[in-house]
Amino acid sequence: MSRRVRLALSVAAVLALTACGGTSAGDAASSASSAAASSAASSSGEDLTGTLTVFAAASLTDVFTDLGDRLEADHPGLDVQFNFAGSSQLATQLTQGAPADVFASANEAQMEVVTDAGLQAADPTVFTENVLEIAVPKGNPAHVTGLADFADPDLTLAVCAPDVPCGAAAQEVFQAAGIDAQPDTQEEDVKAALTKVQLGEVDAALVYATDVQAASGDVEGIEFPEAEQAVNQYPICTLEAAPNPDAAQAFVDLVDSDEGQQALEDAGFRAPTS
Amino acid sequence: MRRPGGSGVPLPLLVPAAIGTLFLVLPLLGLVVRAPWSDLGARLAEPGVGQALRLSLLSATLATTASLVLGVPIAWVLARTRTRGRSVLRALVTVPLVLPPVVGGVALFLVLGRQGIVGRWLFETTGVTIPFTTLAVVIAETFVAMPFLVISVEGALRAADARFEDAAATLGADRWTTFRRVTLPLVAPGIAAGAVLCWARALGEFGATITFAGNFPGTTQTMPLAVYLALQSDPEAAIVLSLVLLVVSLATLLLLRDRWLTRSGAAA
Repeated sequence: MSRRVRLALSVAAVLALTACGGTSAGDAASSASSAAASSAASSSGEDLTGTLTVFAAASLTDVFTDLGDRLEADHPGLDVQFNFAGSSQLATQLTQGAPADVFASANEAQMEVVTDAGLQAADPTVFTENVLEIAVPKGNPAHVTGLADFADPDLTLAVCAPDVPCGAAAQEVFQAAGIDAQPDTQEEDVKAALTKVQLGEVDAALVYATDVQAASGDVEGIEFPEAEQAVNQYPICTLEAAPNPDAAQAFVDLVDSDEGQQALEDAGFRAPTS
Repeated sequence: MRRPGGSGVPLPLLVPAAIGTLFLVLPLLGLVVRAPWSDLGARLAEPGVGQALRLSLLSATLATTASLVLGVPIAWVLARTRTRGRSVLRALVTVPLVLPPVVGGVALFLVLGRQGIVGRWLFETTGVTIPFTTLAVVIAETFVAMPFLVISVEGALRAADARFEDAAATLGADRWTTFRRVTLPLVAPGIAAGAVLCWARALGEFGATITFAGNFPGTTQTMPLAVYLALQSDPEAAIVLSLVLLVVSLATLLLLRDRWLTRSGAAA
């Protein structure tokens, strides 16, 4: 029971966070002026200082917050600010002129929105990948074994709505596997699908490996080969208008380093295959 | 001789009323301005639109009916009895007003879900599960919307002249007869107003519905859910759907209002 209450609270917290997403752009704007001063300091060979503003996909929240803390620990004069939101929202904010140093997208389509606008300082590189996984309640009460179980009308199944990225990926894998999926609900985002598994209200849901990892106490993950048909590649780049380019590069370097890659792997991401 | 009040609206009331009206209406105008008028017809003809609209109207109406059946008696208990727990009851009944609807949806899971306190028993004895069905939509909407009805009706009951009920009682009517023959007709306009509020809230319900009932076209995808999901991929479609919902709800409310106004006018 108490676990469920905590779950309800965490749902509320997630909502509060999404509601706050819009304000970060304003924070970023106010930090831009202070960052401008710092880039002058760092170019003269001093340690990284000022503010670093990173726009990153919401799925990177935990890993990047952790990496940001590490960077701040290494450079006491540096303040790392994040704007976590859906990649499409971030891309829109950037093309509308939001000042940022780094952009990390959850898919290449939204990175293209930014590069098409010529906002990148260097070509984006893929730094990690995320694949779909089947999430089932602890103990797998319905004995789900693979993607084919999603065609079973007797099971209660959740997928993401086709309008959101995880739903589009789900459609791709179903199509590739030739499976006529029989979901009972098309959830508005991947966390909502995961919540239904955590509550034990669905027998299985199609979510990302990182979501299974984040909820590893409550759910079990089942990998399936068809997931390779819809791999989400995460590109990152520094931005042309970066108020703090040296810190931006330092952050991208940290993400690409063994330390950064390990943190990503611990969160359920995997190293890029290409 | 000038009457003290005059017939015009005093400036200290007129100005905030005008600002308030603009505040409420401008976002609506924004939707109208941004709507893709050129291909509106084609977008409205998409099969999903009618389906979601029908489901919305049906579930909001059923939720309002359920709220009337259960909510009017609650309002009567709150307004006409002197039980000690009354203020606690009132606070409890209004909890869904302050609860974020998504949390309300999770709470419904914990009671009526397959693993819920009541839902588990229901599932084990009959094999029936409530979540992800149209019934779940109606339950979620009722949970969120009923407090609006209860509060309006309680207000109407308190404002109604209790002497009519006393007179009925002295003439030998028991409390149930008095309620049916005297109280109900007396507060009918208040109940109607509460039902409208309840219906409107149910029609726009999003959070509890998408959490408890999920989202599936034809079964649980009401208009607000369709709007939200369309917003993720096709903002123009979301605007069209919003306009449809607004037009239908406004038309319904205006029609009903006219009917009551004429009826109460005839009664007076």
